[in-house]
Amino acid sequence: MSLLKIKNLKTYFHTRGGTNRAVDDISFSIDKGEIVGVVGESGSGKSVTCHTVLGLLPQPPAKVEGGTVTFDGKELLDLSQPLLRAIRGKRISMIFQDPMSCLNPYLRILDQITEPILIHENVSRETAEARAIEMMKKVGIRDAEARAHSYPHQFSGGMRQRVMIAMALVTKPDLLLADEPTTALDVTVQSRILKILRDLKDDLGVAVLFVTHDLGVVAELADRVVVMYRGKIVEQGNTQDLFKNPSHPYVKGLLACRPTLETQYKILPTVEDFLQTKIEEDGSYTLSDHPNAEDRLAKLTSEVKSEKGEKSTLTSLLHVSALKVHFHSGGGFLGSPHKIVKAVDGIDLQITRGRTLGLVGESGCGKTTLGRAILRLQETKSGSILYDKNELTKLSQAEMLPFRKHMQIIFQDPYASLNPRQTIEQALTEPMLVHKIGINQSERRDRIVSLLEEVGLGAEFLLRYPHEFSGGQRQRISVARALAVEPEFIVCDECVSAMDVSVQAQVLNLLRQLQQRRNLTYLFISHDLSVVKFMSDDMIVMKNGKVMENGNADTIYKNPQSEYTRELLDAIPSSSLLG
Amino acid sequence: MAKNKFAMGGLWVIVVMFSLCFICAWFCTDPNQVNLSNKFAPSSVEHWFGTDALGRDLFARILYGGQVSILVGLIATSVSVAIGIVYGAVSGFAGGRTDAIMMRIVDTLLAIPFLVLVIVLQATLSDWSGDATRWIVGNFNWDKEFTDRLTNVVPLFFALGLLGWLTLSRIVRAQVMSIKEREFVEAAVALGYSKGRILFRHIIPNVLGPTVVYSTLTVPGFIMYEAILSFLGLGVESPNSSWGVLIKEGANFLETEVQLLLLPGIFFSLTLFSLNFLGDGLRDALDVKAAKD
Repeated sequence: MSLLKIKNLKTYFHTRGGTNRAVDDISFSIDKGEIVGVVGESGSGKSVTCHTVLGLLPQPPAKVEGGTVTFDGKELLDLSQPLLRAIRGKRISMIFQDPMSCLNPYLRILDQITEPILIHENVSRETAEARAIEMMKKVGIRDAEARAHSYPHQFSGGMRQRVMIAMALVTKPDLLLADEPTTALDVTVQSRILKILRDLKDDLGVAVLFVTHDLGVVAELADRVVVMYRGKIVEQGNTQDLFKNPSHPYVKGLLACRPTLETQYKILPTVEDFLQTKIEEDGSYTLSDHPNAEDRLAKLTSEVKSEKGEKSTLTSLLHVSALKVHFHSGGGFLGSPHKIVKAVDGIDLQITRGRTLGLVGESGCGKTTLGRAILRLQETKSGSILYDKNELTKLSQAEMLPFRKHMQIIFQDPYASLNPRQTIEQALTEPMLVHKIGINQSERRDRIVSLLEEVGLGAEFLLRYPHEFSGGQRQRISVARALAVEPEFIVCDECVSAMDVSVQAQVLNLLRQLQQRRNLTYLFISHDLSVVKFMSDDMIVMKNGKVMENGNADTIYKNPQSEYTRELLDAIPSSSLLG
Repeated sequence: MAKNKFAMGGLWVIVVMFSLCFICAWFCTDPNQVNLSNKFAPSSVEHWFGTDALGRDLFARILYGGQVSILVGLIATSVSVAIGIVYGAVSGFAGGRTDAIMMRIVDTLLAIPFLVLVIVLQATLSDWSGDATRWIVGNFNWDKEFTDRLTNVVPLFFALGLLGWLTLSRIVRAQVMSIKEREFVEAAVALGYSKGRILFRHIIPNVLGPTVVYSTLTVPGFIMYEAILSFLGLGVESPNSSWGVLIKEGANFLETEVQLLLLPGIFFSLTLFSLNFLGDGLRDALDVKAAKD
């Protein structure tokens, strides 16, 4: 008998805007000691499924419209709150995405891990503490006895996620619900956490329901995979089989549109190349294979990324040398000493006109600061930035104005990078006004319309506000705004990191096409090595404000010289199964 | 906002209140007409709400008093919002030393009891009210009595407004400091927008929502201050009335003639409630996201 059995589950959200069928008639089960990965893009209903199991959804607006969730023979959806509480944290535990906000900052780690034991079991505090420390050791927290008395802020993100896992497993639950537990973590940390989860599964025999958007993680961890799309399960099965021979067009598309280290696409395939969505008049839809999928894929595979000519024959556009950016933190009020954070500590780099320099590193390595410093959005300490033979570091903000026209930036979060109170037309007109592009309103309007078309949006969007668009559309608008001043150099700061893979593929393709059409030069900053590999001609690996490795992108991937680069490449989950 | 019933109700009450106080009042009997032989009269066709301790028509006094109270609330709020937004936004946006100095000035003013400051400022401004009356009557040939009433209360409006922005500026400053860290502001810098443009076109519109809500809540506060000052003999001078003055007078006859307190009280609280609902509605209406739902 399976441990958790979900049958015909329907969870709908009833809001003023109508009914959202977040989870629409899904069935799957988990056996004892099994890891099941639930994969899907944002809005596919994967997290809602996870929360429905433990009754954690706010009701209303959420409402379970039908179906059953059977756990160990008991029907969970019918249980009263007290009975449900006895199961939560004892027999079914949960870990969440953000380890920063899931720990109480005012309680010591030991107290937090001990708490679930004391609530659910009738044991003495000493026994509970002993078990907590034992569990901390199991999740790989070294020096557990001493560290148990620290507070959450004294732990790094990865360590905090280990604490969360220890907290969830300390009551020896039968089932662990993990909702995107590694999404907020760096790849190297993620690979360690995944290893811990795998070991603990063998050690404690706990079943895991692992919700994620990352196919790589699932391929590495799960025994079985459930793929969700728009609230429905489109395919489920054994991990090996599903990844090797996907049958549903959506899954095929999803697998193909991830840039990987092995593939050499010039333009990435997108989910739309595989999937044909036919929407009926009553709002229901049918999904089917795209008739031309095979041809399209064959064409894309044949168009291999080509070298853009010898580096030496091309002119250098940006030359950064010995650049340093230091931050002062702490200090002041009670005379505590100043701490200097060397975010960027002596970086040299060169970008050739028309090429893309990829900048890779884990969070906190200074890559974003470097990008901002090059655009003079961040004060530098020393060093020089030569843009087209002009020294930028000595210029005042007013003197920077003519360069702003040439150098632009696209940010990670398209939600935050557009002013919520400006319509798209206003947002795109303003840069032209400031830089005196276009003679009158009607000419500027024509330019905006052609810009929107260039990024794949239509003129009908002009009078809308940013929140009316999806994440991918908003990023296209940010791209259009950057292009409004006709720049030649663009810093892309993690500009696809917050996106689903299918949307990511579209935006990456757009950036590629724009580069070819307008001969743009990119500084492409990302933590994702596969994405950087797809985009870049040259690349730099950064750690702690310093360059670890520097050179031609393909060469570095094939033959990494530094220890750190090798570590990063090894940490990418399961490239073998996805290759 | 049309969908928000409370806000629309609030808006209608305020519209009715406005028209009563500013239009209907012209057709009422003279609010200062004393008739000692007819004091504490019950309500009748002639005196809808009856008369007070001096035989004055209560209805007329409530409407005329409403003029002063509503104007105090609105003008003082507008003045304080205008100063508060600009001061707070500049302080929060500039940051560093400028911010520190500007905020220490606010701290200093906050440290002095509000009423003391208002009284000093009001007294200073009132010194000119006689000159102002003569000047207006001389140059524009306005009615002397009307001008007197005006110059009597206007200094009060400005005294309250000129000092009421302190808290608001701190709220705006905090909002601005959080919004200036948002990426769209950084994008604006990268696009070469000037500081003034960023502040006035990108940051301030985004702080208006909370500011509007807070300022609708300050309107009742100003009306209360007017009442307190009038009670101390520093606000509205007899025989002019205001809601605060009427409530204070009514309180003297609480045991025998309860309507003298109750009726102005109802007008007062109805206005305050409506302002609060309207403030909530305005916040939603100013939020582009909520407006499109």
